[in-house]
Amino acid sequence: MSFMNWIDERFPATKVWNEHLAQYYAPKNFNFWYYFGSLAMLVLVLQIVTGVWLAMLYKPSAADAFASVEYIMRDVDYGWLLRYLHSTGASAFFLVIYLHMFRGLIYGSYRKPRELLWIIGVIIYLAMMATAFMGYLLPWGQMSYWGAQVIVNLFAAVPFGIGEPLSIWIRGDYVISDATLNRFFALHFLLPFVLAALVFIHIVALHKVGSNNPDGIEIKKNKDENGIPKDGIPFHPYYSVKDIVGVGVFLIFFTAVIFFWPDFGGLFLEPPNFEPANPLKTPDHIAPVWYFTPFYAMLRAVPPMFNSQFPGVLVMFAAILVFFFLPWLDRSPVKSIRYKGMLFKVPVAIFVISFVVLAWLGMQPSTPVKTLLAQIFTALYFAFFLLMPFYSKMDKTKPVPERVTK
Amino acid sequence: MRKLIAVITLALMPLAGIAASGGHELHQANIDLNNQAAIQRGAKMFVNYCMGCHSAKYVRYKLFTEVGLSEDDIKNNLIFTGGKVGDLMTIAMPEDDAAKWFGAPAPDLTLTARIRHGGADWIYSYLKGFYVDPSRPMGVNNTVFPNVGMPHVLWELQGVQKPVYKYEAHHDGHAVASFDSEAEADAYVKEHGEGYRLERMVEGLEMERPGSLTPAEYDQVARDLATYLTYISEPIKLERQRMGVWVVLFLIVFTVIAYLMKKEWWKDVH
Repeated sequence: MSFMNWIDERFPATKVWNEHLAQYYAPKNFNFWYYFGSLAMLVLVLQIVTGVWLAMLYKPSAADAFASVEYIMRDVDYGWLLRYLHSTGASAFFLVIYLHMFRGLIYGSYRKPRELLWIIGVIIYLAMMATAFMGYLLPWGQMSYWGAQVIVNLFAAVPFGIGEPLSIWIRGDYVISDATLNRFFALHFLLPFVLAALVFIHIVALHKVGSNNPDGIEIKKNKDENGIPKDGIPFHPYYSVKDIVGVGVFLIFFTAVIFFWPDFGGLFLEPPNFEPANPLKTPDHIAPVWYFTPFYAMLRAVPPMFNSQFPGVLVMFAAILVFFFLPWLDRSPVKSIRYKGMLFKVPVAIFVISFVVLAWLGMQPSTPVKTLLAQIFTALYFAFFLLMPFYSKMDKTKPVPERVTK
Repeated sequence: MRKLIAVITLALMPLAGIAASGGHELHQANIDLNNQAAIQRGAKMFVNYCMGCHSAKYVRYKLFTEVGLSEDDIKNNLIFTGGKVGDLMTIAMPEDDAAKWFGAPAPDLTLTARIRHGGADWIYSYLKGFYVDPSRPMGVNNTVFPNVGMPHVLWELQGVQKPVYKYEAHHDGHAVASFDSEAEADAYVKEHGEGYRLERMVEGLEMERPGSLTPAEYDQVARDLATYLTYISEPIKLERQRMGVWVVLFLIVFTVIAYLMKKEWWKDVH
C-alpha cells in the first residue's frame, strides 16, 4: 500500500499500531475483571466530550450557574441527556476505577515489575478526585456549595499558621464564592486533559512491562521460537472484539440509569442540590457524593486533637496515599490471590467490607454508635495495609503453574 | 366494582388522616404524569393562587404546549401580565420585600418536587396539612412543614382545619407515654421528674369550617398541583423513559451481535 508507505516514512503509524495493538501480546486468560481498564478510558472520553459540550452552554458565575444548568436541562435540545450523561458518568467513572483498582489488588498487578504502573494509576485516581470535587461545585446547588465549603475548610486545619491563608488562597475569598466557582470551572476544564495525558503514560508503562493476568504469571518468560509469548494473543483483534462486548454490557446498565434513574435514589444527584446555593442557609445534613464518603467517614471518625481537626485530615489523606506503598507492603512470594492462602483472602475481604461500610457511614448523620463503627472500620482499613508485610509473609501459598490456566 | 372501591377508600380516609399525624408520614398523592388535564388544571391553580409570591423562574410558559395547550390558551388563561409565551414564569415581588413580609422569600417552586423528600406526596400532604395555630404570625401551621411562614392561601377552597392534639411524655428524645389530655400528661411528667418533658403533638386534623369545595374536590386540587409541580420539576421525564426503552433494546441487540463476533474471532484461541 503506497499510501501507508508514504505515511510511515514520515510518521510511525504502522509501527505504533503493531507495537500497541496488532502485535501487543496480552495474556489469553483475562477474565471479567479485565474489562474495567478499557471501560475507564471509554468513560473518560465520554466525560470529556459531554463536558466540552456542557461548557458551551454553562455559565460559571455565582449569579448564573444554577439557572444555566436548568437552561441546559429544559431549553437546550437534548441538554438533559448531556447533563445526565455527565453526572452519571462521574459516578460510573469512580465505580469502574474502584473495580479496576480491586482487580490490581487481588491479582497483584502492583508487584514488580509493575510498581510504576501502579503508582501512575494512583496519581490518576488522585487527579480524578480533584476533578470530580471541582466539578461538583459547578451546578451551584446547596450541596455543591456546602460540600465545597466543608472540604476547603479542611485545608484551614493545617497547623503552623499555614492553614488559614492556604484555604483563602484556594477559594480566592473568605468563603466559597463567585471567585471560587470561576477558578474551579477553569481547573475542572483543564484537569481532564491532564488525566488523558496520565492515562497515556499509564499505557506506555503497561506496554513496557506487559499485562499481568489472573494467574499472576509473567507470560514473557515462556516464548516460542519467534519470540512471541506462548500464552499471549495479539490485543487486536482478540481483546478489541472482547472489549466491545464489555462496552455493550456496560452501556446497557449505564443508559438504563441515565434514562430511568438519573438521580439514582439521590446517590448520583442529591436532592438538596436542586436548591440554589445559599450561603446563609446551612443544610441539615452535608454529605459528599458516594465515591468520597469512605474518606469522609474516616475524617469524621478521628476526634479533634489539640483543638485541631488536622489529625482527621491527615488520616483521610493517608488513606489514599497508602496506596502508593502497596507494591512494597506485599511480601507474598506469589502475585495472584489464586495462589495465596487464607491469610491474604481474609484481609482482602475485611478491607472490602471496611470500604463499603465506611462509604455507607459517610452518607449518614453521625451518632455516637456510628462514630464508633467508623473508628473500628478505619482501623481495619489501615490494618489491611500496615500489617500486610507480616501476614503476606506468613501466608501459606500454593505452587504457581508454569503456564496460565483457563 | 368501582363504587365499592370508592366506598372502601372513603371509609379508610380517616385512617389516612391519622397516618399523617406524626408529620413524617405522607399522604399518597397517586399522581399520573400522563394526565395532561391534571397538569393543565394544576398550572391554572398555580398561576392564580401561588404565583403572587412563588415563581417558577426556570420554566417558560411555552412548556404547556407540550401538555395539550395552544399558545392562545396559554396567553388567555395563564399569562396575566401581557407577557409572551416564551417568557420565564417569574414574579414581580422583590425577594427583599418577601423576606420582610413573610420572614423568608417565598422559594421558587420549579424544583420543589425534586428537592422535597417524597416529591409529589410531600406537596400533596403539605397542601392538605394546614391547621389553625394562633401562635403563628399567619395564624396557621402545617403538619408536614412545622412553623412554615406561608399563610394558607387555599383556605377558602379547603376550609379551616383545627388540630387534634395528643400529649406525649418525652425522655432522652423518645416518646415514652402518650395521653389525650394535657393534665394527665402533665401529671405523668411531674411524677417522673428530672429529664421528662411534655410535648404537644398534632395527632390529626378536623374540619372546623368547610370551604367552598368538598374534601374530595380539595384533594383533587392538591393532587393537580402536585402533578403540575412534579411535571415542571423535570418536563422531559416521560419522554426520556420512552426513549430509554429503545436505547436499551438497541444496546442489547448490539451486545448480542458483539458477543457472537467475539466468539467467532476467539475460536482459534485455546
